[in-house]
Amino acid sequence: MNRFARNIYAYLDERFKFEGLIAYSKHKKVPEHEYSFWYYFGGISLFLAGIQIATGIMLLLYYTPSIDAAHESVQFIMSSVKFGWLIRSVHSWTANILIGILFVHMFSTFFLKAYRKPRELTWITGFFLLVLFMAFGFSGYLLPWNELSYFATRVGTDIAGSLPLIGPWLKTVILGGPSVSQATLSRFFWFHVALLPLAAFFLMAIHVLLVQTLGMSVPIKIKDKTHKEISFFPDFIYKDALGWTLILVLIGVVCVFLPWEVGKKADPFTATPLGIKPEWYFTFMFTTLKLVPGHVLFFEGEQLVILAIMVGAVIWLLAPYLDRKAARDKPSPFFTWLGIAILLYIIVLTVLTYAVPRIGQ
Amino acid sequence: MKETAMTKRLIFLAALTGLVLLPAAVFAQKNSCLECHRGLDAELKAPAVGFAGDVHQEFGLSCKDCHGGNPAQDDVDKAKDKTFKGAPKRAAIPELCASCHADAAYMRRFNPSLRVDQLSQYATSRHGQLLKKGDAKVAVCTDCHGVHGIQTAKYPKSQTFPWNIPQTCARCHSDAAYMKPYGIPTDQMAKYKESVHAAALFDKKDMSAPTCNSCHGNHGAVPPDVKSIGSVCRQCHPSTGDLFAKGPHKKAFDDMGLSECEACHGNHKIVPPTTAMLGTADGSVCLQCHDKGSKGYAAAGELRTLFDGFESRVAANAAVLDVAEKKGVEVSDPVYKLKDVNTVLVSAKNLVHGLSLPDIKKKLAEGDSTLTDVEKAGQNALDEAKFRRKGLIIATFFLALFGVALFFKIRSMHKAG
Repeated sequence: MNRFARNIYAYLDERFKFEGLIAYSKHKKVPEHEYSFWYYFGGISLFLAGIQIATGIMLLLYYTPSIDAAHESVQFIMSSVKFGWLIRSVHSWTANILIGILFVHMFSTFFLKAYRKPRELTWITGFFLLVLFMAFGFSGYLLPWNELSYFATRVGTDIAGSLPLIGPWLKTVILGGPSVSQATLSRFFWFHVALLPLAAFFLMAIHVLLVQTLGMSVPIKIKDKTHKEISFFPDFIYKDALGWTLILVLIGVVCVFLPWEVGKKADPFTATPLGIKPEWYFTFMFTTLKLVPGHVLFFEGEQLVILAIMVGAVIWLLAPYLDRKAARDKPSPFFTWLGIAILLYIIVLTVLTYAVPRIGQ
Repeated sequence: MKETAMTKRLIFLAALTGLVLLPAAVFAQKNSCLECHRGLDAELKAPAVGFAGDVHQEFGLSCKDCHGGNPAQDDVDKAKDKTFKGAPKRAAIPELCASCHADAAYMRRFNPSLRVDQLSQYATSRHGQLLKKGDAKVAVCTDCHGVHGIQTAKYPKSQTFPWNIPQTCARCHSDAAYMKPYGIPTDQMAKYKESVHAAALFDKKDMSAPTCNSCHGNHGAVPPDVKSIGSVCRQCHPSTGDLFAKGPHKKAFDDMGLSECEACHGNHKIVPPTTAMLGTADGSVCLQCHDKGSKGYAAAGELRTLFDGFESRVAANAAVLDVAEKKGVEVSDPVYKLKDVNTVLVSAKNLVHGLSLPDIKKKLAEGDSTLTDVEKAGQNALDEAKFRRKGLIIATFFLALFGVALFFKIRSMHKAG
């Protein structure tokens, strides 16, 4: 470090107290064992969220949230803006990879029972972060105003509209009217770039703060064994950075060879194209809705599925409180099998959606 | 006192019910024909079943309006009274239908815009002429419109709905045995199915696409004669007709007694016109009249060269844009421009009917500058695809370098404990 840089650093350090932060990071230890690999998905998620914020801000420079200009502005970004294709493709691909990584992060946390006391709130904030990022995906999907996103939004909001009691009201609130229109695009845009980022930032801050305060959990199985510990900085950060580098290469490859397509401009007057489906992370719920008969006993099939998904989500959210054995650091095979069953269900239904497109018809 | 009040109320209620049901009883006219025929076997049951969906039934007509009789009678003998006509003979059907359909005052009550000249038109048709000569095999109203289940041409299931018309005509005209006495071909339907018109009608569901009746007429159906073919085609292709009328071919065709459009494009099997129809090679329609060494032969060759050159440029550009698109570059703008070029090409091909070489060249020149822009955009798109791949290689190299450095750093830290 030359003298000028040293002076700058000293100036900033005097004001921001970097030394204290670095000392804390060096002092902070992260357990290292056979399951440590799964820890890195949290860091990768944070890194991808950072990419989303950066590319999202860049896209805002050219994107126009109007039904007459949204599609054209995305096409302009993809064809005429210097590196626009890269920024938009990175944003779209990263959104999907991020949700995939969040699922991996959540299930690995679940199977390692890392949610157990005192990390219940870390689990709860993590769960809501996944919900928020899925909402990011749902709202962002409509923004290019193309045929697929338009009709997928229509199908998605129709499902919300079939909820008992609050359905019609909820659908109107989401759409800003009776159907997908300019009002919908405006509020999806507002949702995507204002409300959701604010909520996500707030939750991420709590989540990361909790992770930093409570440290990494050690799985029950090896809790009593002796295991190595590495410093959070620089050892753990270096390993995290290696993961980020690999994921960056993956994003680069998919963006160059499979840039995110613009699609045909949405035309509300055309018939819904065949085989319309939501983004892949919603398909397990979507296909469940298609598979369940119209009426099950005294209930409407659709309402029953939505109700079951909501009940399932609440149980999943409250896992740290329901899994009493894990809370006492005891193995809880019931919850492990429950997690395996849910994971298999999600994988099988997602694969079926794509492998058997006419399923449930 | 109480009983009297109750009795009064009951009487009032009965009177009210009677008042409500009375109109229903009056309007629910008895139709013993339908009641009886519904219980009979297939052939005799069909009229009763079919009539439920008949447009005449919708307007309040019933069996007696065509067949006579008294449907109010339950007894068969009484129902088939002296007014009963039974099934009309085939030859009498046009007159029977016309007894209402040619009556403007009567038809106005149901549909004021419906034409009432079907019978007079029919009389001019080939079918009508032959019927007059005593040939009862020819088509009468019921052959095309059906019987006891007649629907207006607005309904997709109607035999006279545009996309059902070819099949309606083909029922007789594709039946070789049935048509044998008339000595006319029976391959019209097979040929029509291969035509550009059938593709528009059946594949694109374009209801304005021509079917049999568009060229032959419906009630007055006859094959258009040589002199009228041009006028028939002009109903949909007016600019082509105008160009042809102004061009040198018009007089030549008239002098030779050739039909205008049909001479080059055929009739039932009109395929999409291609550049192959022009020129001096096999498949060119110009060779039908222009011999080698003639002025027309040379002009045909020149036209072909002109269009081939332009079309090969369009095709080459389309291929470049396709490759660029497959490589992930957004090329919708040049693709759109290429569509404009195609529009110019179609217009230029249309000008061939006027045979003015300067006009054709002028039109193609309009597309030239756009084509140059597309060429440039296509090349830029390919360069962009190369640039992206190079960029990826360089970025991946540096990222890999960084990753390897991190890996060794982590390993050294591990070794250091």
